Amino acid sequence: MTDISAQVQPVDHVDPNAPFEPEEKARNQWLDVWDQFRSHKGAMAGLIFLIFITMFCAFGPFVWDVDPGKLDIRNKDVRPIYVAIWDGDAKTSWARPMGTDHLGRDIMANIMQGGRISLAVGWTAMILAILIGTLVGVLAGYFKRLDWGLMRFTDLVLSLPLLPLLLVMMLLFRDPLRAAFGPENGIFLLIVFGIGITSWMQTARIVRGDVMALKEREFVLAARSIGTPPRRMITRHILPNVLSPIMVSATLGLATAIITESALSFLGLGFPSDFPTWGKILFDSVDRMTAFPERVLWPGLAISLTVLAVNYIGDGLRDALDPRIRGL
Amino acid sequence: MLNYTIRRLVLSVPTLLFIAFVIFMLLELAPGDPMASMPLTIPPEVRQQMREALGLGEPWWVRFPLWLKQFFIVEPQYWIDNAFGTNFADGAQRIISFQSRSPVFDTIAERMPQTLWVVGMSYVVGVAIALPIGIISAYKQYSVFDQAGTFVSMIGFSVPPFFSGVLVIVIFSVQLGWLPSIYDTTHRVVDWNTFKFQLQQMIMPVMVLALQTTAQVSRYMRASMLDNLGQDYVRTARAKGMSESVVVMRHVLRNSMIPVVTVIALGIPSIFGGAIITEQVFKVNGLGQLLIIALQGSDIPMVMTITFLLAVLIVMMNLIADILYGVLDPRIRYD
Repeated sequence: MTDISAQVQPVDHVDPNAPFEPEEKARNQWLDVWDQFRSHKGAMAGLIFLIFITMFCAFGPFVWDVDPGKLDIRNKDVRPIYVAIWDGDAKTSWARPMGTDHLGRDIMANIMQGGRISLAVGWTAMILAILIGTLVGVLAGYFKRLDWGLMRFTDLVLSLPLLPLLLVMMLLFRDPLRAAFGPENGIFLLIVFGIGITSWMQTARIVRGDVMALKEREFVLAARSIGTPPRRMITRHILPNVLSPIMVSATLGLATAIITESALSFLGLGFPSDFPTWGKILFDSVDRMTAFPERVLWPGLAISLTVLAVNYIGDGLRDALDPRIRGL
Repeated sequence: MLNYTIRRLVLSVPTLLFIAFVIFMLLELAPGDPMASMPLTIPPEVRQQMREALGLGEPWWVRFPLWLKQFFIVEPQYWIDNAFGTNFADGAQRIISFQSRSPVFDTIAERMPQTLWVVGMSYVVGVAIALPIGIISAYKQYSVFDQAGTFVSMIGFSVPPFFSGVLVIVIFSVQLGWLPSIYDTTHRVVDWNTFKFQLQQMIMPVMVLALQTTAQVSRYMRASMLDNLGQDYVRTARAKGMSESVVVMRHVLRNSMIPVVTVIALGIPSIFGGAIITEQVFKVNGLGQLLIIALQGSDIPMVMTITFLLAVLIVMMNLIADILYGVLDPRIRYD
């Protein structure tokens, strides 16, 4: 008797030990995803860190209102406050908890300001790449006429040496864009555009594959049989179903965009010195890392931990969005 | 298979031509002027003559085919002449760098060994570390080793080489003083001590680059092993009474290597890209540094040639990966 009930139960998915809860709130898909996401420890830690670092950079300057560009030569080369623990003679100051650089600029204010720019570049470049990738992927997957051309084009872009080309673009288009949009906006546009148009290909390939599989499903056939035009078919039926791979590649894209921007700044081809980004601060500090290792440590840790957090979030999202794993 | 290879080789010609065209037009449309660093006192007509001497007087539809001819015909002729003492080239114009006024390929040949040593060694080391990690991680899935492996590869994905490189310099060169922070390319290995020095100066750049490779390859290896460990043929092999080592190392590993080999082939070009940054960190005067210097000096022929060589490498590696896949996996037939 017990054997039979044990065999029957998995079929209607009722846990005999759980109390019967008819009053449970209506569940939707995203609540399920969130529940699954929460169970991934690394992803939750990543999410918390990402929120923390975003808050730190976005709202930090309101609390710590030191001008990041202000020169204070008398207080140059101040070591971070924690150096006083093992080296009582070191030049430390509670007014400069993370120290100052060789021109007396406050490092904490610079990290905040740099984080604002780095994160802004990362998010916008990622959104641009995802938009292009999704557009190309959906068009290639849905319309057979466009498939061959768009995919050959994607393959071509994939076989371009992207980092050298990005460097070429940065170097050659820097001055005209700076003249047209101002020094900061011009470089921002150039970097975002450069990263965006060199990192959409993976998304396009994944989305195309998923769209092609979806097109053969019955619900699409049903929708077509009642005369749904392609535009509404894509927005109502296709796009919501390819959202999960898009979200996963969005997190990967954010991580790559942040790293690429820092790499460009590190090679001296990113933002000008007056506009700190994490990569730029790191690059400027390398010459003095023998005496002041903390100056390369903080921006480097900021980049690495942010990217690590984003990667873990991507990992968690992948598990959470996969309906075969979810609910186990 | 041969048919497929030939077809792909033929197809790669227009691909490469298109890539060359894209790079050329990008450099052409860009407003960077190789004459910008010349003194302003040079009169305009002399400046014009200097531009023409650099070959910039002609329109692009003359210069682009000329570059193609120099790259694909003249330069190989010079190689053959050098190798066999013949005279095919007959004094034809080679691709000349704007900065050094010497043939671009001579400079590249000078820089190539350093890059190949560091990059090649790091790739070999990275793969050699990654494969056992991937195998053990998959065999003991969810064990402590697996968790640690996942974490290390996450770090490899997340920590950019310009930070990990700087970090190891701070730790091992500045704090501990064990290793030199600058790669000395003039160093010659003649005896045990110089060999030891060479080893010391190579450890850091090689390990920094290898971390990136290891992160990627070990993930693929693990996933591929996991796919195969659940297959029926593994159960059959165990049921036949084969020892665990034979099952894993002979049956599962050989099948799991198929996708991993292609991933290893595909990763070679990207490691050259990563070398640009690593060379900058450790001051290796290799190809990456050459590219950066050429970029800053608007040395168009040099930038064009190095970038195109990288593109050739990418296209060739894609081709090799696809062919290897077909050779290794009998289920895949392209024809």
